[in-house]
Amino acid sequence: MTRALLVFGVLAIFPLTMQAMDSLFYVSLASRILIYAIAATSLNLVLGYGGMVSFGHAAFFGAGAFVVGILAVEGVRSAWIAWPVAMAVAALAALVIGAMSLRTRGVYFIMITLAFAQMMYYIFVSLKTYGGDDGLSMPARSTLGMGANLRNDLAWYYLVLAILAAVLYGLHRLTRSRFGRVIDAIRENEARAEAIGFPVFRYKLACFVIAGAVGGLAGALIANQSNYVSPSLLHWIQSGTLMIMVILGGVGTLWGGLIGAAVLLGLEHLIADYRIGWLAALAPNYQDHAGLAVGAVLLAIVLVAPEGIAGLFRRRRHA
Amino acid sequence: MLELRGVSKRFGGVVATDDVTLDVVRGEVHALIGPNGAGKTTLIGQISGVLPTDMGRIVFNNADITRLSAHARVHAGLARSYQITSIFRRFSVLDNLALAVQARSGSSFSFWHPLASESPLFDEARSIAAEIGLADKLDASAATLAHGEQRALEVGLALATRPQLVLLDEPMAGMGPEESNRIIALMEKMRERLTILLVEHDMDAVFRLATRISVLVNGRIIATGAPQAIRADPEVRKAYLGEELAA
Amino acid sequence: MSVILFLEQALNGVQFGLMLFLLAAGLTLVFGIMDMINLAHGSLYMIGAYFMASFVQMTGSFWLGLPLALIATAVLGAALEMSLLRRLYGRDHLTQVLATFAVILIANEAVRIAWGSQPIMLNPPAGLTGPVALPGGLQYASYRLLIIAVGLAVALALYLTVTKTKVGMLVRAGASNREMATAMGVDIKRLFTAVFAVGAALCALAGAMLGPILAVQVGMGENILILAFVVIVIGGIGSIRGAFVGSLLVGIVDTGGRAFLPMLFSAFLPPQLASAAGPAVASVLIYVLMAGVLYFRPQGLFPARG
Repeated sequence: MTRALLVFGVLAIFPLTMQAMDSLFYVSLASRILIYAIAATSLNLVLGYGGMVSFGHAAFFGAGAFVVGILAVEGVRSAWIAWPVAMAVAALAALVIGAMSLRTRGVYFIMITLAFAQMMYYIFVSLKTYGGDDGLSMPARSTLGMGANLRNDLAWYYLVLAILAAVLYGLHRLTRSRFGRVIDAIRENEARAEAIGFPVFRYKLACFVIAGAVGGLAGALIANQSNYVSPSLLHWIQSGTLMIMVILGGVGTLWGGLIGAAVLLGLEHLIADYRIGWLAALAPNYQDHAGLAVGAVLLAIVLVAPEGIAGLFRRRRHA
Repeated sequence: MLELRGVSKRFGGVVATDDVTLDVVRGEVHALIGPNGAGKTTLIGQISGVLPTDMGRIVFNNADITRLSAHARVHAGLARSYQITSIFRRFSVLDNLALAVQARSGSSFSFWHPLASESPLFDEARSIAAEIGLADKLDASAATLAHGEQRALEVGLALATRPQLVLLDEPMAGMGPEESNRIIALMEKMRERLTILLVEHDMDAVFRLATRISVLVNGRIIATGAPQAIRADPEVRKAYLGEELAA
Repeated sequence: MSVILFLEQALNGVQFGLMLFLLAAGLTLVFGIMDMINLAHGSLYMIGAYFMASFVQMTGSFWLGLPLALIATAVLGAALEMSLLRRLYGRDHLTQVLATFAVILIANEAVRIAWGSQPIMLNPPAGLTGPVALPGGLQYASYRLLIIAVGLAVALALYLTVTKTKVGMLVRAGASNREMATAMGVDIKRLFTAVFAVGAALCALAGAMLGPILAVQVGMGENILILAFVVIVIGGIGSIRGAFVGSLLVGIVDTGGRAFLPMLFSAFLPPQLASAAGPAVASVLIYVLMAGVLYFRPQGLFPARG
């Protein structure tokens, strides 16, 4: 609890200090990180706690974003309507995809979630009236009413922070609830969980849907962040990026999503925007190839930290 | 209580259980014996619902459960323990048992209230732990238990679902004499309030506990009857007991 | 809708399907035998195409460049397997997914560094740039016919190797029971490396042959990888036969859908809706197909394992 207060305390003061230093750009970067933290946390629920290696989480993230974008273009700009609808659509997608995928195991499951997510990508990209390949621009951020002006980056940051806090608190309660215990048991020994009377499929599906809904919420927020919805949000590379965040931050941990998002996006920003002298002397174009560093770091973590992934959460190999 | 009629299962070209007809009467301890590979575990899998049955019917308490899912059979009063220990290794003993209690007491689609606040659940888990002799190991992680203790927990998990009929698949597998005696004592207590279908190789235990014995060889039941009758049956001696008794 | 158009699209579908088969075959073997999910398979396809482009430029000949590209990619594949991938056997799937995903990122950047970000031109061999007259009056690109011929030849060769030769038997033994095969003296490590190298060569073949038709660019591997996954899910993991049937199915459905659905829709839908719905439905058709197959056969059409 004290840890949470500390973290959120720092996060709350952060924008004010940035404002004082006249560096509001960082507030915008920070709110972007917090949004990805929500998305990564939702993936952590299904991947880290639930043990389901879903490679299609970007589908829910992107769907949420597109719903908000499409509604905005069609004139529905209230956050009170658009955001719940985004979550509902993402949850519905998760329900359908989950119902079809969760009957499979192991390698099949991974590939199927990947394939269905890619299907969502193609569906949204084919909507030419809503941007197609180029993506969708929104006129402005969602409206909240109550005198709040979300176009103000500071106000936006605090809203996102509040939502992140709510999501983390919700996850905290969830993992300690009956449901959380069952999900934990299923991850530990699925066959036995079924053998003592839990309808395992239903629980996994529920977990999948909840994660999808929260992913959709993150999507709604990301659309608002830059008033632009890119189809790449739905691409499976995006799914991979979210997974990287979860791994970096800590699979199956409460703060994993936040840590992972902060580290990955922070690192990308550092590499792209700050020229390191000696590195530039060795490889003049290094800043264009940040992907190499990310890939290498990811590989290192996966290989060198044997308990990094397999130990942080133990899963049975599925044949 | 439990009736199997013509129950069969094949895996590809291999027939694992072949036209099995078996009855378990309420209150008895019915032992299922047979050589390794006879199909005993397959049959247990079919009765518990983990393995789908190709042919035949399984009737439990007058209800046809042949197509019923495994988790629903548990709620109908049928529980099973595994030959190869299958517990929740990361969980403590208390949490293992509490989980089984949780499964049958109310819905677990509850996302907000802390499980830790449900003391009746844990009280019941404690009493089951006492029954199986693990009262002093409540907080130990299941992975750290000795083999015998893990087997006890294995049985405990089945018991915690409050079944009417429990399928015990070689509960004493890999146990020394002292641990075996403890499990046998546990089963003698259990039989007072539930019915047991026991798969075992340990003939001492079988003849001590069993009301009736069925013999499974190559997937078929070759004999069913009282222990003494089975012991004397020449077919059984030839197929199976001969090796055991001579050894 | 003319018969000629139908025939042309059918051939295109077969052609694409056969190339997809080259990828799917290697992938399904790796899944089935090594129980490893390998996302970097698409990267081998990409590298094969890039190698081809470079070797053709260096030697000035399509026919010289091709074997060089195959060998180079096979060597690279073997090196990858020996240095990195064999550490992943036996580990949980998440680890494999992340590690091979990292390889994709690294490979994409490496290719960008070596060849630049712009797509590269790859031309069909001289003499095969024109059409060939087929029975029925169809003028079909001769290069595409070559692709079909090569695809069929490789499929036949694979089938014969796996079912009729000693090596194939070893592969199948390794697939069904690793410990047993080792006990019988099969050097599993070398076998796996060999299987992987062959898979890499197949990828390179597909990349090299499709290069003149599709664009040779960074990220080309990812798009086709998903299709290969769909093929394997439909066909069944570990089954070459399944990969073959699945590839043809996917190739034909995808090509046919893209060609005919918009036409079909505009027949009875208002034009604006048809022009939007047509391509949309066409692009998701294979996923619908996959969902359909899964519903009836969750293990795929020809699962290799029980």
